[in-house]
Amino acid sequence: MPKNKKIKKVLVIGSGPIVIGQAAEFDYAGTQACRSLKEEGIEVVLVNSNPATIMTDKEIADEVYIEPLTVKVLEQIILKEEPDSVLPTLGGQAGLNLGMELAESGFLEKHGVQLIGTTAETIFRAEDRQAFKETMEKIGEPCAPSLVVHNVEDGIAFTNTIGYPVVLRPAYTLGGSGGGIAHNETELIDTLKNGLRLSRVGEVLVERCIAGWKEIEYEVMRDANGNCITVCNMENIDPVGVHTGDSIVVAPSQTLGDKEYQMLRTSALNIISELNITGGCNVQYALHPTTFEYCVIEVNPRVSRSSALASKATGYPIAKVAAKIALGYTLDEIKNAITGKTYASFEPMLDYCVVKIPRLPFDKFITAKRTLTTQMKATGEVMSICTNFEGALMKAIRSLEQHVDSLMSYDFSELTDKELSKQLEIVDDRRIWVIAEALRRGVSYEKIHEVTMIDLWFIDKLAILVEMEKRLRTEELSVELLKEAKRIEYPDNVIASLTGRTEEEIRDLRYKNGITAAFKIVDTCAAEFEASTPYYYSCFGSEDEAVQTNPEKKVLVLGSGPIRIGQGIEFDYCSVHSTWAFAKEGYETIIVNNNPETVSTDFDVADKLYFEPLTPEDVENIVRLEKPDGAVVQFGGQTAIKLTESLMKMGVKILGTKAEDVDAAEDRELFDQILEQTEIPRAAGGTVFTAEEAKAVANRLGYPVLVRPSYVLGGQGMQIALNDEEIEEFMEVINRYAQDHPILVDKYLQGKEIEVDAVCDGTDVLIPGIMEHIERTGVHSGDSISVYPAPTIDENIKATIVEYTKRLAKALHVVGLINIQFIVMDGEVYVIEVNPRSSRTVPYISKVTGIPIVDLATKVIIGNTLKGMGYPTGLAPEAEYIAIKMPVFSFEKLRGAEISLGPEMKSTGECLGIAKTFNEALYKAFLGAGVILPKHKQMIMTVKDADKPEAAEVAKRFEALGYKIYATRSTAKFLQKEGVDARRVNKISQESPNVMDLILGHKIDLVIDTPTQGRDKSRDGFLIRRNAIETGVHCLTSMDTANALALSLENASEEMTLVDIAKVKNI
Amino acid sequence: MKAFLILEDGTVFEGVSIGSQKEIISEIVFNTSMTGYLEVLTDPSYAGQAVVMTYPLIGNYGITPDMESARPWPNGYIVRELSRMPSNFRCEGTIQDFLKEYDIPGIAGIDTRTLTKILRNKGTMNGMITTNEGYHIEEIIPKLKAYKTGNVVEKVTCDEKSVLKGKGKRVALLDLGAKQNIARSLNNRGCEVTIYPAYTKAEEILAEKPDGIMLSNGPGDPKECRDIIEEVRKLYGSDVPIFAICLGHQLMALATGADTYKLKYGHRGGNHPVKDLETGRVYISSQNHGYAVDDQALDKKIAVPAFTNVNDGTNEGLRYIGKNIFTVQFHPEACPGPQDSAYLFDKFITMMGGN
Repeated sequence: MPKNKKIKKVLVIGSGPIVIGQAAEFDYAGTQACRSLKEEGIEVVLVNSNPATIMTDKEIADEVYIEPLTVKVLEQIILKEEPDSVLPTLGGQAGLNLGMELAESGFLEKHGVQLIGTTAETIFRAEDRQAFKETMEKIGEPCAPSLVVHNVEDGIAFTNTIGYPVVLRPAYTLGGSGGGIAHNETELIDTLKNGLRLSRVGEVLVERCIAGWKEIEYEVMRDANGNCITVCNMENIDPVGVHTGDSIVVAPSQTLGDKEYQMLRTSALNIISELNITGGCNVQYALHPTTFEYCVIEVNPRVSRSSALASKATGYPIAKVAAKIALGYTLDEIKNAITGKTYASFEPMLDYCVVKIPRLPFDKFITAKRTLTTQMKATGEVMSICTNFEGALMKAIRSLEQHVDSLMSYDFSELTDKELSKQLEIVDDRRIWVIAEALRRGVSYEKIHEVTMIDLWFIDKLAILVEMEKRLRTEELSVELLKEAKRIEYPDNVIASLTGRTEEEIRDLRYKNGITAAFKIVDTCAAEFEASTPYYYSCFGSEDEAVQTNPEKKVLVLGSGPIRIGQGIEFDYCSVHSTWAFAKEGYETIIVNNNPETVSTDFDVADKLYFEPLTPEDVENIVRLEKPDGAVVQFGGQTAIKLTESLMKMGVKILGTKAEDVDAAEDRELFDQILEQTEIPRAAGGTVFTAEEAKAVANRLGYPVLVRPSYVLGGQGMQIALNDEEIEEFMEVINRYAQDHPILVDKYLQGKEIEVDAVCDGTDVLIPGIMEHIERTGVHSGDSISVYPAPTIDENIKATIVEYTKRLAKALHVVGLINIQFIVMDGEVYVIEVNPRSSRTVPYISKVTGIPIVDLATKVIIGNTLKGMGYPTGLAPEAEYIAIKMPVFSFEKLRGAEISLGPEMKSTGECLGIAKTFNEALYKAFLGAGVILPKHKQMIMTVKDADKPEAAEVAKRFEALGYKIYATRSTAKFLQKEGVDARRVNKISQESPNVMDLILGHKIDLVIDTPTQGRDKSRDGFLIRRNAIETGVHCLTSMDTANALALSLENASEEMTLVDIAKVKNI
Repeated sequence: MKAFLILEDGTVFEGVSIGSQKEIISEIVFNTSMTGYLEVLTDPSYAGQAVVMTYPLIGNYGITPDMESARPWPNGYIVRELSRMPSNFRCEGTIQDFLKEYDIPGIAGIDTRTLTKILRNKGTMNGMITTNEGYHIEEIIPKLKAYKTGNVVEKVTCDEKSVLKGKGKRVALLDLGAKQNIARSLNNRGCEVTIYPAYTKAEEILAEKPDGIMLSNGPGDPKECRDIIEEVRKLYGSDVPIFAICLGHQLMALATGADTYKLKYGHRGGNHPVKDLETGRVYISSQNHGYAVDDQALDKKIAVPAFTNVNDGTNEGLRYIGKNIFTVQFHPEACPGPQDSAYLFDKFITMMGGN
């Protein structure tokens, strides 16, 4: 079928802020799809509330709206832009839900707009539990016995007919939010209630538990002509019971014979055909481990996290092809961009093995339950490619950047056999390490399989890795042994520690014997056709096929690895833009990264892509081959910065700010010298290694103090300590991992927090804008609401900030980007920290000011001057818009995580509110973050003493908005005294009805709970906050945020003014 | 033990010996299937060839009952890695033992991707698998060049007629090296399938008055099958509906005056897109062939292309004018590979007047 000529202007819906279950993969899919549409001459209108995305760049779409993703906003955009079509399948579940709502309400039909990519009927039949079940029954595809329920009673009754355990799956939620397995009636009631609340339509599926079966996924494509292909299948190493996003996944499947493989493949094609999907689709199966019985678990009629993984694993660009199909092309008309010879209507054949490991946030949320369930908890993932499974697993492990590099990294050797056996039953992120320990102790494969249900094949592969530990420990390190260790990707440092040698000795021994990494091409076709795309992975014992190139200028761009809290999609944005800027300047560009969800690992972003771990050894393999003229580390977050020293040792020139200057910003003593020399004040402090030293410094400064490790992002391990006991506790946590650098202890100053990003060419400095945080210092900048331009500081302060920024940039010899955080207290400006690199505010500030910060930074790195490029210096004129960046959290996904805000970052994503006025921008920002109030107009307040006067003011504002206010004893008393009609409610520990009953009664919109300073250890506060979050109630822990929300609600308006970001002017 | 793979062009791969340790000379071909190594091993069409599996992890689920004939046929087997411990609920043994049992030599631990690229660039060539470390390459190469697959159909066809009982249409299956799933696919559709040795005379088959005739897949150069082509011509002349797969398709083409030629490196795998020229639909097919029908040289009055390969435009099927005959180059019986074109068996049943 030829392209549908009627499609001329398409509205693409993005997926909004990054939350657990909906992450960077949709920026990747959306960006690829938008480029694919534009390639066809289509005008693209994009809406996404997430400013950190590449898809919201004006290069990617023609009109860009960074607006809240609500039906109302979308309707307004459609009325303004008059697109002829809406493409809802690239924005994850969020996009799909919105597309569905627009269609269901009749709005699209009324305005002559069509859904492309999928029809409303298809979405309904795939997403609505009952309709889906009926569809599967019609074509004879088995599902686990299940029933859709709308209330708890029906759930109990049905479960009694099929027996416990049962799986609960709420309809229309992200990442399986609110789902879980119930083993008894109490658990059933608990989880079901929660699920019903979280489901958009109040529906939960109660289903026979098939935990322990093999979990297999197929990625399928279909065009309007009915042609179908499967892109890839994937096998979860963790059997059914762990969300696929939290499972270790291998592609292609390893333990399925052709019979099983084809049986499920045929089923997947039947399903996509029956659902009449045009585009991509993901089908998940449970396969009985000892029969051919299978069940369809779920179908996603859209691109998904799995499709991003499948795209990177095979080289098949699913989103691009899906976009072309939406325009009416058939698979056999779409060229395979990798080979340039074949077409999209073929199935990729792999000649390697791919392993994905989720990046779980338990290093951030140390109180959260580590257990993995059907509710996803991972914030990101890493992928690795190798010619054998063991090697792929080892490479993926060291890509995680969680202090793990082998199966010895989590040490369970202290456990008794009995304890180990108990530990083996626990399904958490350390399970493969526990299995490794069991194997070391000679526990049989069968026993391990019986407990974990992990297939014996995988257990044997873990055993091969464990056997190598022993061989390296006990045998003479022969060339043959070294070859074998490298074949299964043992890193040099691990071989060194097992053989009692140094890493350098191992490396020298390797080079002497020609044991070096070879690079192979991912070509979609197992070498059957010649591939033109340089997408490489490394392996040992093979011939190199990477093409030697000798361009005039060659640059290595280091990516930022897996998405984690503190180092998110923003850094991918920066890496990609830097790559594009280098390319424009005539450089050959090479990207190294290991994150399958990102745009940077798309096959056509850089001239060459190396899908590799970001460790010194892995990067050195690439450097030896490519011999780049320089490397750029300032855009890839801490991951890239950490490689600086190693790169210099390899003889690679660091482009931009020099390593020693980066050090000067991180090293306390050097930095103090710089501050002294530039006459910039900062909070007093000292550096320590031990708790004793820390206490000494703290007592000298006086509490409260801020304790934090150096060289980290996102305030990892950062805490405000009030006393010696807390110092001890925090230092213990920090020192769980050996610290290469000292720990900083600073006097805690409470004031306004100000942030700037700037570009410096070595002489001049351009500050695109000054941002002010709504929350006072003490809340991590990534978790604060950030306002541009800074609304409450006067011109003198601004001038001081500009002056300090210039001084610091020059003193640190910054060439490229610098990010500085300041405190403004009592009219004084103090510096908090300086990061001579990109920051998470760069994408947002670039978009709202129209200044292409990364592009400029890249150009100055290679020798251009700001003046030479025609840019002004100093503080850029303020934009005509107010832009507010709102943090977004995923607390509801992480059972047991402490939600109160503090110096350690906890948010997973962000959204933007942009408008001509502060109030509207703020309202949009809250709306974009999902704070859609009021509902019941009832709230609970329970605040610490210090906050009570402010709480009274907040309470009055909410009261004026018509809110009924409940408060715990002392808060209620204070509020009443201040004239607020607060109703007293019992604490949790007291009799019912207490505060918990109120929350669980689903009649509360909002909880304001400010924990006592430091870490709140009272069970009450923690329980209130957790229960609020888990029942979907908004919970604020800072009075500043509460005031901002009140202000936003006071100015709520149905009609919003839309801002086309693509039209925001450049200076 | 060390093993060596020596190619006609002088390239030598060093790896580890698997299976038998005997020395063989063979044509070397590659297959890109990621599953189905057992079906590949037992596909009689590989007689006279040594197979390279491009997927690096082979033997993961061991030996299961999924055999396409009674034994493995390749001269040799070339893999990157054999799983030391297969795992599957139907697993009955390992590839290692299976190869040994049938005295088939192999080599593991070599860079199969590099080997595949050589075969892709230079075309299918001959090679030797040996465990003799003292080999003399200059002596070996002339031997390699001289090797011919020869007439391998006679090696793989059955010795005598057999019958698969069924209540539906009666099909005569000419076994040119048939994969078992051809007979099974017909039998599952109710057909009574009579399997004839490849050298059965047309008269003998026609005398049984079958409702339809099925020409199977098989190994080697179709032009070597001179006698069989004569018989196929007679079958063409009858009014019995005929469906042919792979070698059967090529023989029918040769019997009716068309030509076949050797592809550079063939099509072997489970991902080949074929387009039905009548409907425009594309199906993903299982394939295993080194030769193809030249559709430029067809007499359009006798046969026209019915399917074409989307990747390289080669012929994938023919429709015979004025006849109840259609033939395909690919494998609707799958095993290994996608089952997307299994509907062709239904089409054949319809052609025979069944439903």
